[in-house]
Order: sequence, then C-alpha cells, then structure tokens
Amino acid sequence: MQVVLPGVLADLAGGRRELDVDPGGATLADLLDTLAGQHPLLGRRIRDEAGQLRRFVNVYVDGDDVRYEQGLATALRDGTQVHVLPSIAGG
Amino acid sequence: MTDLIAIGTRKGLWLARSDDDRRTWTLDGPHLLAQEVAAVSIDARRPQPRVLAGIQYGHWGPTVMWSDDLGASWQETDHGAIRFPEDTGAALARVWQLRPDSAARPDVVWAGCEPHSLWRSEDGGATFELVRGLWDHPHRPTWEPGGGGAAIHTVLPDPATERVVVAMSAGGVYVSEDGGGRWEPRNRGISAGFLPEEPEYGQCVHKIAVDAGDPERMYAQNHGGVFRTDDGGRKWTSIAGGLPADFGFPIVSSPRTAGTAWVIPLVADMQRVPPEGRLRVQRTRDAGETWTASTAGLPDGAWTSVLRDAFCADDADPTGVYLGTRDGCVYASADEGETFTTVAEHLPDVLTVRAARIP
Repeated sequence: MQVVLPGVLADLAGGRRELDVDPGGATLADLLDTLAGQHPLLGRRIRDEAGQLRRFVNVYVDGDDVRYEQGLATALRDGTQVHVLPSIAGG
Repeated sequence: MTDLIAIGTRKGLWLARSDDDRRTWTLDGPHLLAQEVAAVSIDARRPQPRVLAGIQYGHWGPTVMWSDDLGASWQETDHGAIRFPEDTGAALARVWQLRPDSAARPDVVWAGCEPHSLWRSEDGGATFELVRGLWDHPHRPTWEPGGGGAAIHTVLPDPATERVVVAMSAGGVYVSEDGGGRWEPRNRGISAGFLPEEPEYGQCVHKIAVDAGDPERMYAQNHGGVFRTDDGGRKWTSIAGGLPADFGFPIVSSPRTAGTAWVIPLVADMQRVPPEGRLRVQRTRDAGETWTASTAGLPDGAWTSVLRDAFCADDADPTGVYLGTRDGCVYASADEGETFTTVAEHLPDVLTVRAARIP
C-alpha cells in the first residue's frame, strides 16, 4: 500500500512523501499501527495515544474521507492509496 | 553570565538575552515557528541549561520538546514525553506547565496538563509518569474546565519536603504532603462567585505562588479574589483590599524576599482589561496588606491582558520581573518591578514567559 504524506510530515518519514507500507492487516488501523511502529513520531502526529485520529488530521482511503467511511476500521484493498492531509484549521 | 528570557507565544518561541545585567536585550527567534508554546521552562540545574517547551501543533497535537543549545536544535521523545496510560482512555490535550524541581532533585521535572493531570519526570523532562494519586482522586470526575480548559496550570514542589501543591481551573488548590501519593483540597476561605456556596473545592484559581520566607505562606490570584494563606492552604483570607481590581490571571512571589509579591489586575468579570487602559504591576512588600502600583515603562492606553504564565521573576539580586501581553509585548524590570524596559513588541500573543541567569 502507498501512504502519501503532506510535506510538513515528510521529515518524520526519512524525508519521503510517499511510503510503501505492508499494512500487516486488513484495516486502516492496522496500517497506521505498522506505520507508527516504523516511524513513531509520525504515528503520534496522526493519532493520539488512545489511537484516535487527531481532530484536524484527515485520512483518505482511495480518495474517500474515512470519517464518512468506517473510520479506523475502514477496509484496505490491494493497491489502496492512503492520503494523510491537514484539515482546514488554524489562524 | 547571561540573563535569558524564554517567551512562548501562540505561534512559536522567542529567546531574549542580556549580557549587561538586564539593561538591554537581544531577541532571537522564532523557534518552533507556528507551534503554540503554552508552557516553557529554563532548567538551569543542568551543566548545559535546558529549555523545555510544551507545544501544540494546530494539526498534529501536543508534545514536549527540549533544547540543550538554547534553541539551535530541538529534540523530543519518539513515543511522546507525556502519554496517558492505556487504561485511562485519556489523551493529552495540552501541556500547561513544566516545572523543574529543586537542585537537590536535579533530574525531576513536573508537568501540569490538560485534561487535569499531574506528571513527574525523573530524566529531565524526556519522559513523564502520570501521578496516579491525583488522577485517581475521587474528586477528579467532578472538576470542571475553566474558560481556557481543564488544566492543572500550577505545580509547586517544596524544595525542603515532599510537599507538592497544585492549582487547577476549575478545581482549586490541592496539596500532597507525600510527594504525590495522597491529595487533599485546601480552599477554605476562597469564594467562588459562580457557585451558590463556598465549596470545599471547585474554585477557579488562576495562579498561586509560595512566599520566599515561609513555605506555609502562599498567595492566590483567583477568578474574582486575591488571597493569602499562612498555614499551607488550610485557611485563606482576602488580600485584595487596596488593589484597583481583584481579578487577574498571574501572581508572582519573590524568590528571595519574604512578603514580596506582584499581581497585574484586570477589570472583571467580563471586560478583562487593565483599569482605565493603564497596564500596571501591583507590588506588595507586606504579604498583601498594602499594594503600590508600578507604571514606569509600561504603556498607557493598553487594553491588553497578561495571561497566567506570562509573568515571572528571576532569582538574581535584585530580583528581575518579566511580563508578556496578549498583544505581543514583553517588558522586563531589573529592580524588583519598580521600572520596566521593553524587550519585544509585535510578537504573537504571549502565553508564557520564564527567565533565568545562565552561565
């Protein structure tokens, strides 16, 4: 699976914005667990210690916002592309 | 020797240095740009002074970072310095306070956080452990958030004993005499205008400070009231007489002169601006019996405010006093709050100011 990161998080993944990750399971939670195991700081930017997606982080699985799918339980398929994006926030 | 001020703002951290005994200041920054720095400390107990920052990314969450080279580089713990244990089901929302313990406990650092929680580090702030005695206190589920959040915003470890005092919005003052195991509320005499009766706890204390000469004597700036205790918090009495307003956020005590403390009054409850738009520091030399105003060097026509951690004293002689405003100005006094000079202007809103003399 491919994980696409915003530029601001690339430093936490060795400078790369596109990562190939073996999810180690069938859901988005499995993928993010694997990613956090490889890059703990990156993992913490995306989810809090209770495992929840941070409020202003959007995750898209094949173009769909997982908040409107099954959240962290959203299923992955072969070749799935996961986008991590900062939401609209700040000021 | 260099005098260092750490200035945490809503959009980053600035450092100011003085090499001429706090007469002129050189500003350096921004560090941690675009990150909210709500808590900062300068840990001067270490061979290399450590700047600890509790930061909050708008999108990417809160964490603790530190610099051992005065801001040139920053580090953080991979798995998070402050991380709620899984069984709590909680997640860190914001770091409100980073407080190094005494020189005799050189690696101990305390953190006060949101949601209401106290943390203790034994490795200089790299990792913290939740203080379970307070987290498991039966009152905790009934503590309310203040306007800024559900935060433990004041942590005062006593250097000579195992006493630890914390204050929170809105839960009041709690004291442990055994290093954090058992806790009791100590708020008697402190009114709470937003509640129908004087409660055992639940007061909206904004900040407390310990007197230099007597650890049993403390000062409190509350949401509507300024108070003193002479018996470790068991009974509080008002010392707001003589102040132009009894509201404000910070209260600072002198680290070297008994009976000396400072407040920055704001007209309340809803306005929260300096009286008549005149930013002033009020100082007492007699533990709150009388107050005098210092205005020299502070702006007139200032309709800004000073938040609870944006006011501090250093431990030099004479004591330096520092404050930062929500409109991005920082002022320093090298004469115990008598006169002030401008350190910085036009920064983002200042959330926290800390100062120390370093090698």
